[in-house]
Amino acid sequence: MAEIVIRNLRKEFGAFTAVKGSSFTIKDGEFFMLLGPSGCGKTTTLRMIAGLELPTSGEILIDGVDVSQRPASQRDIALVFQMFALYPHMNVRKNIAYPLASQGVPKAEIQRKVAEVAKILRIDHMLDKPVGGLSGGDRQRVALGRAIVRNPKAFMMDEPLGALDSEFREIMAEELRALHDRMLATTVYVTHDQLEAMQMGDKIVVMNHGVVEQFGTPQDIYDHPASLFVADFIGSPAMNFLRFEGNATKGAETVTLGDFPVTLPQVQEPAAGALVLGVRPEHVSLSDTAPLRGRIEAVEYLGTTQIVILSTPFGPVKARTSSALPAKPGDLTGLNLSAPRLSLFDATTGRALRTAANAGVFHG
Amino acid sequence: MGTYSVTEPSKASKWVAGLLVVAYTIITLLPLMWIISTSFKTGPDSISYPPKVFFEPTVEGYVNLFTTRTRPAVSELDTLPPPDGLFEEIARRQGTIITGPSRFGERFLNSVIIGFGSTALSIFLGTLAAYAFSRFKVPLKDDLLFFILSTRMMPPIAVAIPIYLMYRQLGLSDTHVGMILLYTGVNISLAVWLLKGFIDEIPREYEEAALIDGYTRFQAFRKVVLPQAATGIASTAIFCLIFAWNEYAFAVLLTSGNAQTAPPFIPTIIGVGGQDWPAVAAGATLFLLPVMIFTILLRKHLLRGITFGAVRK
Repeated sequence: MAEIVIRNLRKEFGAFTAVKGSSFTIKDGEFFMLLGPSGCGKTTTLRMIAGLELPTSGEILIDGVDVSQRPASQRDIALVFQMFALYPHMNVRKNIAYPLASQGVPKAEIQRKVAEVAKILRIDHMLDKPVGGLSGGDRQRVALGRAIVRNPKAFMMDEPLGALDSEFREIMAEELRALHDRMLATTVYVTHDQLEAMQMGDKIVVMNHGVVEQFGTPQDIYDHPASLFVADFIGSPAMNFLRFEGNATKGAETVTLGDFPVTLPQVQEPAAGALVLGVRPEHVSLSDTAPLRGRIEAVEYLGTTQIVILSTPFGPVKARTSSALPAKPGDLTGLNLSAPRLSLFDATTGRALRTAANAGVFHG
Repeated sequence: MGTYSVTEPSKASKWVAGLLVVAYTIITLLPLMWIISTSFKTGPDSISYPPKVFFEPTVEGYVNLFTTRTRPAVSELDTLPPPDGLFEEIARRQGTIITGPSRFGERFLNSVIIGFGSTALSIFLGTLAAYAFSRFKVPLKDDLLFFILSTRMMPPIAVAIPIYLMYRQLGLSDTHVGMILLYTGVNISLAVWLLKGFIDEIPREYEEAALIDGYTRFQAFRKVVLPQAATGIASTAIFCLIFAWNEYAFAVLLTSGNAQTAPPFIPTIIGVGGQDWPAVAAGATLFLLPVMIFTILLRKHLLRGITFGAVRK
């Protein structure tokens, strides 16, 4: 197993730059998520680590060795494709055995390993079937089997659950995580699904337009998004943005939103002008006495909770409240924002301003 | 009428479709049947009027095709020893004696060598070129592909004289190599374009999976791409073979002795000892066989969608 270090990784396709200088470290044994919307460069990054694309510049170190210009076959990394890419002219057994055959492993050894892997993945009864007739979940297991059979340094997974039905996706997500916990193999997993990333990942890199927006644990990224993009992309519903013109002085513990002072974690980085106050829906509570006023536009019932959609002078706000709370469209109410959980962004750069809450999260 | 269904054709329309197919098949096969039946007729039967549909079959045509014969005086014929073997017996029945083998076997073999040789070369070069065009960033890719296609835009016969002169200079006239190169030159554009289409359809992920699994690019090509492209290679090969096999104009122009193929030879049979239609028909019948067998052998590749279901689209 291996530690993977990415340094200033860049990839250009002609005039288009897919990845603009990414840097992050994937620790040994980590389940690492590359998250972002389509076209953000996450798959290109994965393919560069796997060796299917050569970077324009930058370094990829696997266990301290720079492999960035080596072909895929010399990197000892397994890749699970979104569309599985099982060899259609081979049966399940041959598919799983194929990586071992390239290494010249003796036949008896191949048989033993294939049987072992098939047992782990519970596909031992279908080894002699052609891959064409398998269900999505079984194909996914065969693809996983082909990846784990040779015990590679690391696993790359390119949206491996993307092609599955939603019910299978849940099951496979659990299986994948269980498999990882059992093997403790370094895994890099590409997804555009923020829930999947939060649910499965030890660490997440959020990418957008070829740039790493944020790199951290799911909790840090959720609680302390480094940019408006991350705040908007992570969480469902997304973080609320209250846009205002104002002033955040260093050491201040309030900002003035129109006429109302709002308490927030102590500001460590001064800013003035167009600012954005970010608050997650679950950190908005409704109170008739709160000074920030809003009008209820709609209510979405979700079982134990409900999403109350309000209009305020600073834009629409969604609040997640107990569904027991009476809320009717048309009602006027006040909004309380949970001070320790607020984020402040510079509207022009889109970057989060450093406060007492997120200071430990940002490294640079 | 009963209920109307969009998905299930009615009985009547199935009947009409069936009849059309049968009628078309008969129209297409009739000339072939006529050639084949003529090849088993005697000379007089082959030119009788009205034409004979039912006749006593004979292999005279085939004997005449493969032999050269003389017609001795009747008195001399009687003095000969009894015929030795079936060929001799059939020749004797027509009042002739066999003087030696004809050149048909040789010409037929030339056709096989040149036809299959140029097909193999076209497929070999075409597959490699198509793979490169499909997968790699080839500089001036579109221009090159258009150039390759453009070689087909001119009627081949327009370049017949220049090719004739060049071949004479290069010593390629009337050689197997010369004809293989020529037919490959004509077929390669078809092969590259057809195969590129087939290879474009093969998902790159298969090769990438093989690269990840520790194989080199060439191994991935050979072990993963080629089996997937089998259908395309088979159908392209059939097209190439049919062209090279049937080609007449260049064969007439460029071959006369060593490398003459069957198409220019078959018409010359007619001049040997009168109008021997059964022998011509026998030559044509045998000439049909290789392409027919080749097509039948590769038919399952033509029909089988082997990539079906392996990649979810």
